[in-house]
This record gives sequence, structure tokens and C-alpha cells, in this order.
Amino acid sequence: MPDSSPSLPPDRSETVFEDFKPAYDEKQALVEANRCLYCFDAPCQTACPTHIDIAGFIRKIATGNTRGSAKTILDSNILGMSCARVCPVEVLCVGECVHNHQDVPPIAIGKLQRYATDKALEEGWQFFEAGAPTGKRVALIGGGPASLAAAHQLRRYGHGVTIFEARERLGGLNTNGVAPYKLRADDALAEVDYVLAIGGIEVQTGVAVGGPGGSSFADLERDYDAIFLGIGLGADSVMKVPGADLAGIHGAVAFIEAFKTGTVDLEGVTHAAVIGGGNTAVDCVRELLGLGVPCVQMVYRGDEAGMSGYEHEWDEAKIEGAQAVWRAMPLAFEGAGRVAGVRCAALDDQKKPTGREFTVPAALVLLAIGQSKLGALVAGLPGIALNNGRIVVDEGGATGRSRYYAGGDCANGGKEVVNAVAEGKAAANTIHHHLTNGRE
Amino acid sequence: MADLRANTGGIRSPNPFWLASAPPTNSGDQIKRAFDAGWGGAVWKTLGSPIQNVSSRFGALNFRGTRAVGFNNIELITDRPLEVNFREIVDVKKHYPDNAVIVSLMVETEEEWRDIIKRSIDAGADGLELNFGCPHGMCERGMGSAVGQEPKINERITSWAVGYSTVPVLVKLTPNVSDILPHGRAAQRGGAHGVSLINTIKSIIGVDIDRFVLEPRVAGLSTNGGYCGAAVKPIALHMVAQLARDHEFQLPISGIGGISNWRDAVEFLLLGSSSVQVCTEVMLRGYRVVEDMIEGLNTYMDEKGIANLDGLVGKAIPSYSEWGNLDLNYDTVAKINPSSCIGCQLCMVACMDGAHQCIHPNPDGTRVPFVDESECVGCNLCQIVCPVPGCITLEEVKDRLPPASWNDHVEHGAALREKKGVH
Ligand SMILES: Cc1cc2nc3c(=O)[nH]c(=O)nc-3n(C[C@H](O)[C@H](O)[C@H](O)COP(=O)(O)OP(=O)(O)OC[C@H]3O[C@@H](n4cnc5c(N)ncnc54)[C@H](O)[C@@H]3O)c2cc1C
Ligand SMILES: Cc1cc2nc3c(=O)[nH]c(=O)nc-3n(C[C@H](O)[C@H](O)[C@H](O)COP(=O)(O)O)c2cc1C
Ligand code: SF4
Repeated sequence: MPDSSPSLPPDRSETVFEDFKPAYDEKQALVEANRCLYCFDAPCQTACPTHIDIAGFIRKIATGNTRGSAKTILDSNILGMSCARVCPVEVLCVGECVHNHQDVPPIAIGKLQRYATDKALEEGWQFFEAGAPTGKRVALIGGGPASLAAAHQLRRYGHGVTIFEARERLGGLNTNGVAPYKLRADDALAEVDYVLAIGGIEVQTGVAVGGPGGSSFADLERDYDAIFLGIGLGADSVMKVPGADLAGIHGAVAFIEAFKTGTVDLEGVTHAAVIGGGNTAVDCVRELLGLGVPCVQMVYRGDEAGMSGYEHEWDEAKIEGAQAVWRAMPLAFEGAGRVAGVRCAALDDQKKPTGREFTVPAALVLLAIGQSKLGALVAGLPGIALNNGRIVVDEGGATGRSRYYAGGDCANGGKEVVNAVAEGKAAANTIHHHLTNGRE
Repeated sequence: MADLRANTGGIRSPNPFWLASAPPTNSGDQIKRAFDAGWGGAVWKTLGSPIQNVSSRFGALNFRGTRAVGFNNIELITDRPLEVNFREIVDVKKHYPDNAVIVSLMVETEEEWRDIIKRSIDAGADGLELNFGCPHGMCERGMGSAVGQEPKINERITSWAVGYSTVPVLVKLTPNVSDILPHGRAAQRGGAHGVSLINTIKSIIGVDIDRFVLEPRVAGLSTNGGYCGAAVKPIALHMVAQLARDHEFQLPISGIGGISNWRDAVEFLLLGSSSVQVCTEVMLRGYRVVEDMIEGLNTYMDEKGIANLDGLVGKAIPSYSEWGNLDLNYDTVAKINPSSCIGCQLCMVACMDGAHQCIHPNPDGTRVPFVDESECVGCNLCQIVCPVPGCITLEEVKDRLPPASWNDHVEHGAALREKKGVH
């Protein structure tokens, strides 16, 4: 099996986390699978961005055909294992389960999907073969979910593919960003290996396309028939306020990457603050609590009803001990050499300062206020349009420049893993259509 | 509180719930515990010349995650010494004089019947049950269903037994016949005081698909067994009702087969049983299930204003008719209640693929399907698959032709409505 990455250190900080949704054993899976009504034209399937035949795969679990179940899932979504763990199912498939309409607990689709796909990975069941070689080659920039899904689909058609990944390891945010109580980096990499096992996916890691020492777009245009952009989002946004360069202030996603793939030292940190109110902020709060920080406060401009983080995740965070400072705008970071507090202005309903100020104590501050968009990388290429830094694509993932396609966070502005998979796969289908001149 | 006292052919019990002759009635200790739990009677595990059983003995039919909706066994009659059984019968009757102890018997020769009947009655039996039903093993030796399938032999052995007995005699019938009537009538001619049915149905419960051997497996072989449990209830109800509505057949009936709760019991009573017997549900859940059976029956009778079992027994028999008498102009159509519909669309696929293609996606774009009433034949399939109780109802179409059955049509040309769903 191709090696997707240098090995992860075994003592990573993320290893303290346990699964927040534990795996089903066989008996639990059977009980749950048998509760599924096997709806016709099932609404959960429509809600899944990759349109997995959910009723079908659940029925197969119920009949003991776990192998067929895994195949059904992976045929639609080759990253079905990570999606099963990281998808916000409450607002996707599970949210649409018809049982919700009769006040019966909805089917635990994610856990059943995990049951089947874990087994596929464990047993090494491979369902898909590379197609007969077409002689065409596709470059995929970025090695996250979007590119992995696209690469696998292109291999099924028989096209040659190369993934260019700036980091040392593949997997994108599955490896480096999603909360470890959903998916740990080692599991993300095991899935990467599973995807690569179709064979023929070349991988170049450690060099950024368009960056120093990396290929240029001119090189790629010369060597490849099509180019897929799956570069995700860029660096964490920063706050330009006094004290922003004190030690102990980090971008949220960079900090998460640090403890997922290595270790972070939180010795002596009794108070931490997370700035923001989105899902990354909520993740950070839960992660810091899990890593042993006793007091973690989320500092957000709006109120609880206005936060963009999912309600179901925030509810869990509160159970774990999260606190929040609502209607607060950071004015400055205070401290000598190292941050000690966040000076905030209180805001009113209109998010206007009330004049009152206060300090939130924090020896560690994570900034979860968004990530930059990477569209600038391709801004110079004629034909490619950007919208607020996002790469503009049509339904099939084609950009305005011939032979260029895009999908995932860099095109949708930042959604979920399952959207990246769906868009990567759709783009692969479009590429295939173009490479075969529409004959297929 | 309704009066639940039961009487089948002179065998009286405080309630109509009896344990069928089977493992739950193997021994005195068990039957005492069963009576303590509330069972009104017990038919002792069949006595005869003790046999040797195999290992294993039982198999089950599981369906969509529910275990043992059907059950089968290849065990024979009692494997305990006769003296031990009789000693225990004496003991049980001493401590439980009001509960019915019926002793099930299966032997071959007239002398053996005479002898075992005397010993049973001496031990205190309130009644006897002649096991003419076991469909495996014993029939290979000319007993059990080999007797029950031959009306002449049935009648002869019944008349021996009745002749030697001073207590009521029930004949336990086998369902492994194409028509139950000749067999019930044979028991009546033999002088029986009642019949009990059904015994188990000849079956192969399953095949071990890894070993290529039938189940339950005895080393490398198996054999056909007797099927029972919830899944057999419809077959049992039919046979009970066939006898109950027969004008020639006049004996009381003890109903058996797939009774798992008080509702099942009520159905057997409504179709003419004056007591009911339970085996599989007790094997699966224990004697304690009788508490709900008694309470449920009681509440049901109170709610219906029925004072005693006589008010219930056979009450549904007049509704059991011939197809040719059914009103062909009676017409119902399915209605889906949009406020309870959860949008699973199981009715739609069932009607599309399994019925008359008259349930369609709703043109208004919601997931509540639309019933084309002009094509709906009122078959019931949608209501059967709907997971929400009461969501789909079948409503009678008003303004139709006067009632007319096939017989009316053939005999005096009664007008029939236009057919639906034949597009
Ligand atoms: C903190 C956090 C938590 C999240 N939690 C969840 C969750 O629980 N559930 C969920 O479904 N989604 C979650 N998401 C969102 C999800 O991770 C993304 O939507 C998904 O990973 C997008 O996939 P992608 O392939 O488009 O981009 P990415 O996963 O970001 O992958 C892009 C890859 O491209 C590489 N790259 C960038 N530029 C270049 C270049 N010039 N040359 C070569 N390589 C380059 C990057 O190094 C990266 O590996 C989370 C996101 C974050 C930030
Ligand atoms: C394991 C087993 C053993 C049985 N043994 C006897 C028996 O010895 N004599 C008898 O008359 N019926 C026997 N039966 C049949 C039951 O008494 C009963 O007629 C049949 O199981 C149907 O009832 P049920 O559906 O409630 O189980 C046996 C059934 C089972 C499952
Ligand atoms: S991929 Fe995600 S949304 Fe789709 S079915 Fe699986 S768990 Fe649900």
C-alpha cells in the first residue's frame, strides 16, 4: 500500500480524547438497523450531499451483508468512514429521518455507516478497481477530502492522477483539523491509505504548487490534461489589536493541527479564551477542556441564539463545562511577554459598544474568527473568477478557465468534509466527460 | 371484574389460560410455579413409554431483528420415568385442587392405554388429553400424528380411552391434514368430551448455510420438526373456526397455537375456544406472561360489558362465511391523514410494486403521498406497511349499488359495480 505520509508521533496530545460517539458492536448495529423503516426515495439520502443509498446500506447491515453495505456506502462516498464520524448528521441525514416526525429517535445513520466502513477498513475489503488506462493525466492540488475523492473517482475511470500536497501528510483537515473526539489523525491517515489502495495515485508531498520549489501552473498545464484545485482554506485570520503578538495567542486551526499531529504544552494554563462563535470556536473550547484546561471561555460578539456553531455541538460543550462571554468584542490582549487576559468592550443588541469594558483572564487565546481564502493563488490565471476569495465554479466543478476545476472549501467557502467529497467527485465526473470529449 | 372461570368438556379451571403439554409442563415443580404465577390449568407433558431425546432440539425463525417469531422442535414425549411423573401429579393436585391438571397421553396398544389412563386418574388427573398430534419421531413409531391423520384409528383409540376413563377426555388434533373436519368429527364419534388444537406443524425451521445441514443440527443430521409460536396463529385460528362453525361438530374446543398475549387469546375465544393453551411464549418469556393475559382479558371483557366467557366464546363465528357470500359492491378507499404522515412513502412503493399503482408522489411537492381514489381497490396493503398507527384508514365509499355477492350475481343476476384498478 502506498505510504501517504511520514508516521505520526505516538505521543500526540490528541490521543487523550475518546470517541464522543462510540462505535457500535454487532448486536447494537443489528438492533438499530432493524429500526430503519427502509423508506422509499428516502429523505436522508436526499439530505446527504453524496446521496448514499442509506436505506439500502442499513438493510444490508440488518441482513448480515456488511460487506455489501460498505460497498454501497463507499461507491457513493469513498471517504464514508471519516464522514460517518465527522458529518454533522443532526443537520444532514439524521435530521431528515422520518422518525423525527413521530417523535421517535431518528436512526443513528452515522454510527451504522461507521459500523460498515470500519469493518471494510479493518478487513481491507477493496471494492473498486482502476479503469483501463486512458493515457490522460490529471493534477490534483491539495491532498484533502476534495482531491482524494476526485482522485479515486478518476482512477476508476482509468485516468492517471497526481496529488500535490503542500504539507507532509495527506488528508487535509481530516488529518489536521477535525476534532480528535470525532476522528483522530491516525484514523484519517488509515483512510487515506485505503483510498490510495486503488493504485496508481501518485503523491508528491511537502511542496506547495505555485510556491518556492513547487511546480508552477505553467508546468502543470504542460504536463497534465486537467487540473483540479482542492486547496481548502488558508491561514487563520488574525486580530489587529494591541498585544496581538504576545506569546500564547494562536490561530485556532494552527493550534489544532499542532496537537493533532504533535504535542502542545498546556502546563500552568488555568484559563483560556477562544475568540469566535462558529464551529471551530466550539471545537476549540471542547478540545481545550479535554486537554485539561480547567476554565475555557468562548468570547463572542453576539449572543447564544446568534452563534453560527451548531446547537447540538454547543450543547455538548456546555455539558463538558464550557463557558461563554456573550456580546463581547476584544479590544486588546493584555500581559507582559505572555498573554494574561483579553480586554473586551461590552456590546448591545445591535453589536454596538455600550461603553463598559472588562478583562477575560486567559493565559492562552485561540483565534477562531475564520480562515483566509486561497483564491489568490490562481487569481492571475485568465478566466478564473473569484468571489470573495472563493474560486467560482459551475455545478460540475468547472472554473471559467479551460482544463481547470475546483471543489471543496476553496470553492464553497468552507463547508463540511462530505461537501468536499461530493464536489470532488462531481468535478472528477466532469473532467472525465471532458477528457473523453463527452463520449462518456 | 369479569368471571373468567372456564369449562372445556367438563374440565374446569379458574381462568381459561392453560399451559400446553410441552417443556413448561415437564415436572411438578414447574407446574406448581406456573399455578403460583396464575395459570388456570396445565396439560402435563405427554406421558408414554419414556424415550431418549436428541441434542439439540429447538430452532427458531427470526424476522427483521425479532427473534423467534416462529419456533420448532424435534423433541419427543416425556423422557422422565412414569412413576416420577405420577408421584408429582399427586403432589400437585394435593396442593392445587382448584387448578386443572390434564394429563397428556400417548401409547400404542389398548392395554397400554387402559393401564396409563388408570394410573393418571388414580394420580388425580382432572382430564386426559390424547396426543394424536406429534408430527415427528413418535409418528414414525405409529403414534402421534400417524393416529391423528387417520380418522378411523383416531375414533377407535378415542373410544378405548373414553371407555376406560372416568374423567373428561380431550383429543389433541394435528394440523398436518388437508381438512380438519373429518378428524374432529372422528373424535366426536369416538366419544371425546372435547378437542384441543393445534399441535405443531411439520416443518424445517432453517438450514445452516455454512454447514449445509438442516436446523436444529444433531451431529451431521437433522429431521423435520414441529412448528409453533406466533407465526402459526393464523393456521390455528382457521382450524379452530372450521370446527366451531361446522354443524355436525358439537364438541368444546381448547384452542392452541401461537398465543402470546391476551389479544391472541380473545381471538381464539371469539372463534369458539372455551380455553386456550400456550407453549412457545412461555418457553420464550416464562410463566409470568400470564399476569398480563388475565388482566388484559379481564379489562377487555369489562370494557365490552361481557360478564363471563360464555358471552365471548364463538362470538365471531357468524362472520365466518364463504367467499361467494361477500358483498362485491362494498367499496373502500385508502385515506392518508396528512397530519400524522411522516413521509416514509412505504405505502407508495408498496402500492406501486405490490398492488394497484394508485398512490403517487404528491403534486404539491410534500412527502405525503396522494391516493388516486378512482383507482384504489381498498386492498389494505398501504395500511399494512404504514409504520404510523391510524395514519392510513380505509373508508367506505358512499352512494354505491345495493349489496350483491357473487352468489347473488350468478343466481339472480344482481348488478355488480364497475371494476377498479384494472388499468
Ligand atoms: C477546525 C475545523 C473543524 C472541522 N470539523 C469538521 C467536522 O467536524 N465535520 C466536517 O464535516 N467538517 C469539518 N470541518 C470542515 C472540513 O474539514 C472541510 O470542509 C474539509 O476538510 C474540506 O476539504 P478540502 O479538501 O476542500 O480542503 P482541506 O481539507 O483543507 O484540504 C486542502 C489541502 O490542500 C493543501 N494545499 C493548500 N494549498 C496548497 C498548494 N498551493 N499546493 C499544495 N497543497 C496545498 C492543504 O495543505 C490541505 O492539505 C472542519 C474544519 C475545521 C477548520
Ligand atoms: C419443545 C416442544 C415440545 C412439545 N411437546 C409436546 C408434547 O409432548 N405433547 C403435545 O401434545 N404437544 C407438544 N408440543 C406442542 C405444544 O403443546 C403446542 O401444541 C404447540 O407448541 C402450539 O402452541 P404454541 O404456539 O403456543 O407453542 C410441544 C411443543 C414444543 C415447542
Ligand atoms: S456521509 Fe454523512 S451525511 Fe451522508 S449519510 Fe453518511 S453520515 Fe450522513
